[in-house]
Amino acid sequence: MMDNTSFPMKPVIDGPMHVSLKHDSAHKHVTGQAEYIDDIPEPAGTLHGGLGLADRAHAQIVSIDLEAVKAAPGVVWVMTADDIPGANDVGSTGRHDEPLLATDLVQFHGQPIFAVFAETRDQARRAALLAKIEYSDLPHWSDIAGARDNGAPFVTEPMTLKRGEPEAEIGKPPLRVQASMEIGGQEHFYLESHIAFAIPGEDDDVIVWSSTQHPSEVQHMVAHVLGVPNHAIEVRTRRMGGGFGGKETQGNQFAALAAVAAKKLNRAVKFRPDRDEDMSMTGKRHDFRVDYDIAFDEDGRIHAVDATYAARCGFSADLSGPVTDRALFHADSSYFYPHVHLTSQPLKTHTVSNTAFRGFGGPQGMLGAERMIEEIAYAVGKDPLEVRKLNFYGQPGSGRTTTPYHQQVEDCVIARIVDELEQSSDYQARRQAILEFNEQSPVIRKGIALTPVKFGISFTLTAYNQAGALVHVYNDGSIHLNHGGTEMGQGLYTKVAQVVADAFQVDIDRVKITATTTGKVPNTSATAASSGSDLNGMAAYDACRQIKERLVDFACRQWKVEKSEVEFLPNRIRIGGDTVPFDTFVKAAYYDRVQLSAAGFYKTPKIHWDRAAGKGHPFYYFAYGACVSEVSIDTLTGEYMMDRTDILHDVGKSLNPAIDIGQIEGAFVQGMGWLTTEELWWDAKGRLRTHAPSTYKIPLASDRPKIFNVQLAEWSENAEPTVGRSKAVGEPPFMLAISVLEAISMAVASVADYAACPRLDAPATPERVLMAVERMKALG
Amino acid sequence: MSSAIRFILNTEELSLGDFGPTETLLDYLRLKRRLTGTKEGCAEGDCGACTVLVGRLSERGLIYESVNACIRLLGSLHGTHIVTVEHLAAKDGILHPVQQAMVDCHGSQCGFCTPGFVMSLYGLWLSNEQPSRQDIESALQGNLCRCTGYEPIVKAAEQVAESRPSALFDPLERDRTEIMGKLFSMQSATDTIVVEKDGARSIVPASVEAFAEVFSQNPDATVVAGATDVGLWVTKQLRLLDPVIFINHLSELKSITIEDGGVSIGAGVSYADAQGVMDAVVPAIGRLIDRIGGSQVRNMGTIGGNIANGSPIGDTPPPLIALGAELTLRSHSGRRTMPLENYFIAYGKQDRQPGEFVEKIVVPRPAEDSHFAVYKISKRRDEDISALCGAFYLMLDAEGLVEEIRIAFGGMAAIPKRATHVEDMLIGQPWSWGVVSAVRDAFDADFQPLTDWRATAEYRSLTAKNLLTRFFLETAGAPSELHRFELEEA
Repeated sequence: MMDNTSFPMKPVIDGPMHVSLKHDSAHKHVTGQAEYIDDIPEPAGTLHGGLGLADRAHAQIVSIDLEAVKAAPGVVWVMTADDIPGANDVGSTGRHDEPLLATDLVQFHGQPIFAVFAETRDQARRAALLAKIEYSDLPHWSDIAGARDNGAPFVTEPMTLKRGEPEAEIGKPPLRVQASMEIGGQEHFYLESHIAFAIPGEDDDVIVWSSTQHPSEVQHMVAHVLGVPNHAIEVRTRRMGGGFGGKETQGNQFAALAAVAAKKLNRAVKFRPDRDEDMSMTGKRHDFRVDYDIAFDEDGRIHAVDATYAARCGFSADLSGPVTDRALFHADSSYFYPHVHLTSQPLKTHTVSNTAFRGFGGPQGMLGAERMIEEIAYAVGKDPLEVRKLNFYGQPGSGRTTTPYHQQVEDCVIARIVDELEQSSDYQARRQAILEFNEQSPVIRKGIALTPVKFGISFTLTAYNQAGALVHVYNDGSIHLNHGGTEMGQGLYTKVAQVVADAFQVDIDRVKITATTTGKVPNTSATAASSGSDLNGMAAYDACRQIKERLVDFACRQWKVEKSEVEFLPNRIRIGGDTVPFDTFVKAAYYDRVQLSAAGFYKTPKIHWDRAAGKGHPFYYFAYGACVSEVSIDTLTGEYMMDRTDILHDVGKSLNPAIDIGQIEGAFVQGMGWLTTEELWWDAKGRLRTHAPSTYKIPLASDRPKIFNVQLAEWSENAEPTVGRSKAVGEPPFMLAISVLEAISMAVASVADYAACPRLDAPATPERVLMAVERMKALG
Repeated sequence: MSSAIRFILNTEELSLGDFGPTETLLDYLRLKRRLTGTKEGCAEGDCGACTVLVGRLSERGLIYESVNACIRLLGSLHGTHIVTVEHLAAKDGILHPVQQAMVDCHGSQCGFCTPGFVMSLYGLWLSNEQPSRQDIESALQGNLCRCTGYEPIVKAAEQVAESRPSALFDPLERDRTEIMGKLFSMQSATDTIVVEKDGARSIVPASVEAFAEVFSQNPDATVVAGATDVGLWVTKQLRLLDPVIFINHLSELKSITIEDGGVSIGAGVSYADAQGVMDAVVPAIGRLIDRIGGSQVRNMGTIGGNIANGSPIGDTPPPLIALGAELTLRSHSGRRTMPLENYFIAYGKQDRQPGEFVEKIVVPRPAEDSHFAVYKISKRRDEDISALCGAFYLMLDAEGLVEEIRIAFGGMAAIPKRATHVEDMLIGQPWSWGVVSAVRDAFDADFQPLTDWRATAEYRSLTAKNLLTRFFLETAGAPSELHRFELEEA
């Protein structure tokens, strides 16, 4: 038998599931050695793309004169829609409503009309400015009000959710409020702008490095634009410098432009827009207007809700359908609506097509719900927290567990989370102190709010809830891991590597995490909807399981033992009375011709959804959390400060607590930015004027809460058998920031002695806060 | 005359004579040197992903300052030591303590902003052994992170300060003497440097005298000190500038002196250099400087440039006008001095002749019993451009009547401008809430602001009036401004 004389017998491996491990690239991040696409060495002759963008919001193109562009220094090729070999279409929905390059019709300010390829990026950018384009202007509208005024069409089919008898119940006494809320959009502001780098090969082949959350879609789109089979295109993504949903569909265009030029010119082509271009020509979070009509009683208990969710979708469908759907799916927040009617209005506007952004419509839907709670609270004169508790979903059997989409909420832990946070944050005493402070303070006012989060996990398009992985165990015991998920900073690669290390019981440094590529795992879903770890972790686990089963069979054969006598221990295998190091064992298996590679697969069970009927079980489970924020505002200027935030969040049994806490902190601050300083501003010509960090203000270190306490609900385990009983974490904590808006709102309400709901819209810039204060003063 | 600039890049001593006047340090690092650790995030000096340290000899010896490589033009680097993220870790791969703290505290997620944060934290680490939370946040004002929420980065800064070992590896401490010697020899050359590429010239005058002369010969030249404004002409508007005269190295323009009457600030004095002195003489301006740009911008940008470019939203003119500052312009043929407020004539138009440049600003020390305040209002508190910025200077006589009042605003008109109607109504009146509340509406006679993405006209008008209220409350001993950190913590 084998030599098993001496090797270290570790009690546990390095990097199993459920421990805090640093990000796999942390060392490379801090030394500058982590390679992003713009850092990849360029082959000789690499060309660089620049874009000619429309400077009209809505117009017919009368003529295009590109002679000066072609004659500019360094220019090799100028590409228009006529040069596209396949389809002039990069729409992700199959509606053919999103041309790669505009031909005769411009539909938003900043829409690409042509591309120029030059020896240097600087030359390409300069040349692009030399085009002479004549337009014939058409009427345009940029926002929801304009869309409604002009009878704008929908970019995609609206959705309706209905349960109970809302028509009959909504008008019934005792109390009713009808009002509306405006909710601004949000720029992703991933620190790495979009980029694609295409390297042509033989036949129809192209390899495209793309900063994308969805390599398979980029592959399919590039093939579609080139008019070649999907198999000709390989898309690779090692890491993105941030995604947040902004790189789910929006990278298609850059990849397609680079690939077309690479094939045409047989040279490597890089396409990296300037930040201003990136912000002008890629989609954002949807602005919403929520019109709500609510019936409730004097205690604050909701009887019926009727609400409409209108969204600024931009000129094409993109992901506006599922985004507006998800707004409706979260229009209940954590609350039971006995009678409910919800509709979406995905409105066409002459602005860039809006897209996925962390929460994907959920935050807007949930924010509307929390506004309704505020309305009720101010109407009945209670702390909004009391009204919340009164309306939470109940436990199974309570008769208060059915969502507006007819799914039962079976795993509800929101009441426990809110109670624990209320205690740990000393909410009641602090609220009392704030009420007293406000009585004494003429200019500075404070506010505090505790808001809940319940977020449904799964893609609402059922087909997306599948994933693949490829795991190779090499004959030296090292492991190659590949899966369909992409790394954008969220630590997915680290978590999935932990799953693999845990499955084989080997130290994690044996596991090589490799760039996501469509050549290894096909037909993958976007790394989106917080599902990355759930799906890819399980797919990788499935691959490990297959290899382990073969290894166990081998051990049984070779050692003549039963399966029950084979055990994977840290870096070793116990087989009957023998203990063999993992690498020795693997080498022996190889010599016995055991297949040491496997493709894993996973599809989420239980889920189904009938959109037309508005009924089904779209979510596998829910993730929960709650947040208390305390703020101070200046009633003379509308300026504010984040004094303190306490969070208790449910990630199930955490795969990696350090990474999960990082996700929670980051999501909260990003959500806070959405609701406070981040304002998108289009001028009368339909031009986005907040198109760079000089004009678009995301939070800084000095904006985060001065005291910032984040805890995981350590007792939580996913009721469903997810990987390690963990829960998704990417999106849910984003909505914890709603507490900030409501805390500001309370401070504003103090000006009128809390007698009226301030109806503070988002983003609550200092200007909006001051104007709300003025409205309150007018009441008082 | 020389035809190359000289500088040190990490460990390498270089002489560069082949670059255009608009070439940026970032492109040089990434494209020519393949030092790709330094990232481009925005190309306008607002995100900090491209942060590097630039070492220079100053009155305080060799100092290293964080700057934005994306808008730092190559021609401004003569006699400096450029330090990129690649320089920090030891040859054997052992991380610098700053890097290790970022790893330990989970300070990176997507990692794209991380090298910039590492360099900003390194700059802080070099200059401040025991930074407060406020110091840390201030040092990070110019760095955007979209993933972490900053908490772990701030903790990394605290950890590295707490665990600061006595004998640790640090490349800049190790090489300090040698670098100083090299920089000194580079700077001691007395020639004006002219670098020409494709006919476009970068001019690095050896002295202010030489600057005046070359500017008189090239009155259309673009004068660049910090490039925090001109840098964007290059990266965003793709303007071709020729020739460019670089003046940031001219030590004669960098003098800041406290005189009997006030402070004399040379045109080349950076915000960072001015901050300490202003903290002592006019603390309100010191605090305002903390809200101009991020550290990188404050290290590069100059008060002289902030004035010279005539922007209606520059942050320093309103307080300087309210204090009655005087501006000295110089040219080859002499000097002239004027009240700062007279320099601004109309939008894009200043009282500056061809070949004339700002030499210094003299800021009078506020009188003993006077009241002075400056309030910057912006969407985001730090590293933002003002929606409006108001400055108030008040002197009461023995009877409590308004003897002297100057109110100046930025963001309210096409130029930084005084509220003369309001002032006139206050002069000679009692400084009382009754009087102040009665004159608030006179701001409408002084200012008809615009609506843009920073604020509506309505908000600007209302807030200007409310700032007068705030000023009144403060003079009455009822502070009404929010401060993230108590002023005594500062």
